[in-house]
Amino acid sequence: MELDIQIAVKAAAYIGGGIAIGFGAIGAAVGEGYTAAQANAAIAERPESAGNIVKTMLVGQAVAESASIFALVIAIMLLFREFPATGWQKAAALLGAGISMGFGAIGSGIGSGIPAAKSCLGIARQPSMSGRLTVTMLIGSAVCQTPAILAMIVALMLLFMEFGSDPLTAAALLGAGISMGFGAIGSGIGSGFPAGEACFGSARQPEASGALTTNMLIGSAVCQTPAIFAMVVALILMFMKFTDAPLAPTWAALIGAGISTGLAAIGAGIGGGMAAGGSCDGIARQPQSVGQVTTAMLVGQAVTQTPSIFGLLISFILIFKSFPESSTLREPMALLAAGISMGFGGIGPGYGNGVTAQSAVKWVARNLEITGDLMRTMLVGQAVAQSTAIYAMVVSLVLIFVV
Amino acid sequence: MAIEGADLVKAAAFIGAGIAMGLGAIGPGVGEGITAAKACEAIGRNPKEAGLLTRTMLVGQAVAESTGIYSLVIALLLLFVV
Repeated sequence: MELDIQIAVKAAAYIGGGIAIGFGAIGAAVGEGYTAAQANAAIAERPESAGNIVKTMLVGQAVAESASIFALVIAIMLLFREFPATGWQKAAALLGAGISMGFGAIGSGIGSGIPAAKSCLGIARQPSMSGRLTVTMLIGSAVCQTPAILAMIVALMLLFMEFGSDPLTAAALLGAGISMGFGAIGSGIGSGFPAGEACFGSARQPEASGALTTNMLIGSAVCQTPAIFAMVVALILMFMKFTDAPLAPTWAALIGAGISTGLAAIGAGIGGGMAAGGSCDGIARQPQSVGQVTTAMLVGQAVTQTPSIFGLLISFILIFKSFPESSTLREPMALLAAGISMGFGGIGPGYGNGVTAQSAVKWVARNLEITGDLMRTMLVGQAVAQSTAIYAMVVSLVLIFVV
Repeated sequence: MAIEGADLVKAAAFIGAGIAMGLGAIGPGVGEGITAAKACEAIGRNPKEAGLLTRTMLVGQAVAESTGIYSLVIALLLLFVV
C-alpha cells in the first residue's frame, strides 16, 4: 500500500487531536472532582459559609479547567486547520503536538485542584479568611498551570513552525513532544501540594499567611525544574540539525532522549512538591520555624531533583553523542531501551525522595532542636531510595556505551 | 536494513533490559522513600531512639531494595548473558 504524505499528515493530525483532548481531559476532571468533594466536606462542617465555599470552589475549578481548555484548543486546531503536507516530519510534529499537550495537561489539572480543595476546607475552618484564601489559591493554582502552558507552547511551535524534511527531524520532533508532555505531569501535580498546604495553613494561622505565601512560591518554583528540563530537551530536539547523522541508530537515540527526560521528570516533580507541601504545613503549625524549615525544604528538594538530572544527563548523551551507522536492529533498540530504562527508573526514586523530605521537613518544624538528627536520617534514607535510579542510569550507560 | 533472527533476538533482549530496570526501579524507590519518611516521623516523635530508628530504617530499606537488585540482575543477564 502506497502511503501518501498528504494522508499521513491528516491521519497524524486526527490521532494527535484525540491524544490531546483524551489525555488532556483527565487531570482537570480529577482535580475538579477532588475540589467538589472537599467543598462538600467543608459545607457539612460549616453550613453557614456555604455561599463563600461554593464561590471559591467555582473559581478554583475554573482555573483547573484551563489546562483542559488548552488541550481542547490544540485538539480543535489539529482537527480543522489545513497543515501543509511537506513531509513525514510534519506528521511527526502533529503527533508530537498532541502528545505534548495531552499529557502535559494532566499534571496541571490535578495540581490546581489541590489548592482549590484546601481553600474550601480552610474557609470552613476560618470563614473570615475567605478573601485572603481565594487570593492565595489563585496565586498557587496559577503556578500549577505553568507546566501546561509550557506544553502548549511546545505544541504550538510543533504545529506552526517549519522544520527540515529529513526523516531524522521526524524522530526528533516526536521525541520533543514526548519529553515535554510527560515532563509536565510531575511539576503540575507537585506544585499543587505547597499551594494547598499554604491555603489551609493560612486559615489555621492567619498571621503566618505572608510567610506561607513566600514559602509556597519558593517551593513551587523549585517544583518547576523538571518541567523546565523537559522543555530544554524538547527545544534542543526541535532546533538541532541532525542532517549529518546516520538515520539508524540516531532516530532511536532522539526518541530515547525524549523518553528519558520526560518520564524521569514525573517522580522528581511530584516529590519536590511533596517536600514543599510538608514545609508549608510545618510553617502553619510553627510559624517561628520558617527559616530552618525553608532551608530543610530546599535541601530535600535538591536531592529529590537528582533522578530528573540523571534523566537529563542520559538525554544529553543520546542527543550529542554521534553514533556510527548501523545496519542491524540491535543498535537502535539499545538506545531506545537506554531511554526507557532511565525514564521509568527515575519515577520511583523521585517520588520516594520527596515523601522522605516531606516528612522530615514537617517534623523539623515541630521539633526544631532535633533538626540535625532529622536531616541526617533524611539524607541517609534518600541516598538509599536513590539507589534504583542509579542502577537504571548504569543500565542506560551500558546500553549506550558497552553493548 | 536486513533483520536476521539473531539480531532480532538481541534487539528484544536490549528492550527487555530497559523495561526490566526501568519499571523495576519504581517500586523500591517509592517503598524506600516511605520507609525513610516514617523513620523521620518516628524520630520526630521520639528523638532519643534516633539510632535504633535509623538502623531499623536501613534494614527495612535493604529488604525493599531486593526487587530493584533482581531487576538489575535480570537486566544485566539480558544484556550480557542471553
